[in-house]
Amino acid sequence: MKKLQKFMSLALACTLTASFITGCGSSESSEGTNNATTENTAETSADSATTGTFKIGGIGPVTGGAAVYGLAVQNGAQIAIDEINAAGGVNGYMLEFKFEDDEHDAEKAINAYNSLKDWDMQILMGTVTSTPCQAVAEKTNQDNLFQLTPSGSAPSCVQYDNAFRICFSDPAQGYASAQYIGENNLATKVAVIYDSSDVYSSGIYENFYAEAQNQGIEIVAAEAFTADSNTDFSVQLQKAKDAGAELVFLPIYYKEVALILTQANDMGYAPMFFGCDGLDGLLAVENFDTSLAEGVILLTPFAADATDDLTVNFVTKYEELYGETPNQFAADAYDAIYAIAAALEQSGATPDMSASEICDLMKTAMTEISVDGLTSSNITWNAAGEPTKEPKAVKIVDGVYTAM
Amino acid sequence: MKMKELNKTTKSNLITYALVIITYIIVQIILESGHMSSLMEGLLVPLCTYVILAVSLNLTVGILGELSLGHAGFMCVGAFSSAFFSKCTAELLPSGLRFFLAILIGAAVAALFGMLVGIPVLRLKGDYLAIVTLAFGEIIKNLVNVLYIGIDENGMHFSTKDSISLGLQPGGKTIINGAQGISGTPNDSTFTIGIILVLITLFIVLNLVHSRDGRAIMAIRDNRIAAESVGINITKYKLMAFTISAALAGVAGVLYAHNLSTLTALPKNFGYNMSITILVFVVLGGIGNIRGSVIAAVVLTLLPELLRELNDYRMLIYAIVLIAMMLFNSSPKAIAFREKYSLKKLFAKKSAKEGK
Repeated sequence: MKKLQKFMSLALACTLTASFITGCGSSESSEGTNNATTENTAETSADSATTGTFKIGGIGPVTGGAAVYGLAVQNGAQIAIDEINAAGGVNGYMLEFKFEDDEHDAEKAINAYNSLKDWDMQILMGTVTSTPCQAVAEKTNQDNLFQLTPSGSAPSCVQYDNAFRICFSDPAQGYASAQYIGENNLATKVAVIYDSSDVYSSGIYENFYAEAQNQGIEIVAAEAFTADSNTDFSVQLQKAKDAGAELVFLPIYYKEVALILTQANDMGYAPMFFGCDGLDGLLAVENFDTSLAEGVILLTPFAADATDDLTVNFVTKYEELYGETPNQFAADAYDAIYAIAAALEQSGATPDMSASEICDLMKTAMTEISVDGLTSSNITWNAAGEPTKEPKAVKIVDGVYTAM
Repeated sequence: MKMKELNKTTKSNLITYALVIITYIIVQIILESGHMSSLMEGLLVPLCTYVILAVSLNLTVGILGELSLGHAGFMCVGAFSSAFFSKCTAELLPSGLRFFLAILIGAAVAALFGMLVGIPVLRLKGDYLAIVTLAFGEIIKNLVNVLYIGIDENGMHFSTKDSISLGLQPGGKTIINGAQGISGTPNDSTFTIGIILVLITLFIVLNLVHSRDGRAIMAIRDNRIAAESVGINITKYKLMAFTISAALAGVAGVLYAHNLSTLTALPKNFGYNMSITILVFVVLGGIGNIRGSVIAAVVLTLLPELLRELNDYRMLIYAIVLIAMMLFNSSPKAIAFREKYSLKKLFAKKSAKEGK
């Protein structure tokens, strides 16, 4: 037994040493980055000039529970990168893209970010989900590295001046939803069913609540559920029904909404349903009777069956390459890459600049550009990092999204 | 020669401390010379966190002999209480003093919870204890997720519904915002502080194990009835080990919370997955073997990160490596094989031959 322990400790100590050596080994090749962010040595300039590519990193969950969003972003971004490179790149420079997994965990996101820094990343397109995004934003701010998140919607994701986003912020969505309901006189008695364990959902709800007061909307029931209890909604629906709600606001993701619609139908409750961009994907849920979704209104920046050339082109390519219909996350990522390309072109940055120099140029360039993307035409950004775009209200009629 | 005069346990303890200190010195040298990759640099504080967690859980599982599956719960308590404190006093105290107090608060609150849980739970044995601690971890996680605390000129406001019902005055700020947790915690954790905490943890655990109290605790593990018959106060010693273990987990939580600027209680970081991960460190490092826990925690935390190159296959390979290591460590065939071909035996043979 003693021998065994000795042997084990020896073996493990060897592994430990080996792992440290590997760690160092990989660092040697990336010596440039460490310097790039701090000192901008001549070495980096020489290094990147020979390759002549902009290195864009991406972070998001590609394993675990939130993998569907990370994969969509990875795929959407890759399509945009390939298109731009095929068309001759940005100012003649090619784009290189690398995507790292963060498992939807703040700690892992930092690891992914550091690993991308070792790869000499110059611009970050990420992260996909809000909580890791806040942690990474802290680091990019320290390193002065340009960050554009496709879908990190919590307010603090872009609290620093080097961070921008493509999607609406949670407050903006809650605000816009309440305003839309109020201005179009859809209902005065509203019930809300939201996920209190989800940042996205509770963020929208809180701002919806605040704006509802101004719009004269009465919130008759606000029922929460958590990620641990997201299969049975009969209690919440019953309360909404008893309170006489004419409209049920659902600031949640489509998987739960599919269940809610089915259960509401079973209990013979047919109010108007109204949701946010999380509802995109509802019609693609397996074993879901899409006729139940008739009349559901959602505020979304992207609908996969829109008929404009850009969307049709993107959707066909995506389906061809990945065998599924792209969701809003893929569209956000696609627009993010195009926004980065546009800002790079505007700023006149070159790949031999350090990440920090590029960041300084990009910060100004982002506020000057206007991008016609999948999620909106003429997207512009303010210095706070928020996009200005029109939320589109879409109604499901005859099983397809129809613009209102 | 002098080493031989030291008794066996002291020698073994010194090796453990030396291992940590030498690692620290090597890492510092690499850091100073600028050869450390950003990935490794970012991993240093988490490594300290996991080492503390593994060592502290080994106290419960290895020394006390009780299976606890709620270790992440204590970590969660320590993390949130200290982050709450740091957030409240961010402008009032200098960072050094604030972090020192945060560590004490994290440890104290976690110890308090350890004691509260321990009093009823330590009467249970084996599987029952595992189930109750598992439940504790989940309860803590869910409690934190519905907790809203805000502060304004009228003082603190509490709610378990949503941040609107806090009724804050304009200018007040929400500190714990339910599922969104605490954001904007000052980044006070450094590798040096982490290593100091690791050394303190090792010092506490190793000294406890080799003290009179430690022998009493191990006597309870080995034979409860015999221990009771010689007059050992079972409840007292069990509670002692459990509380210390919880307090140290709380310290790890403090380190964790002050390393990232956002703190949310997700199943990923404070759920039973985390408890199981820590348990894996302990089991793989050898139950009751403190040094083994340290090494296992370091190796198993580094492994998935060093496998990043392999992209999608990363998690698959991690799992396979885990299974292989587990088998290598404890399957009877593997043990027999290792004994047959152990380095020591080979050396012994060689020297015997040479002697002839």
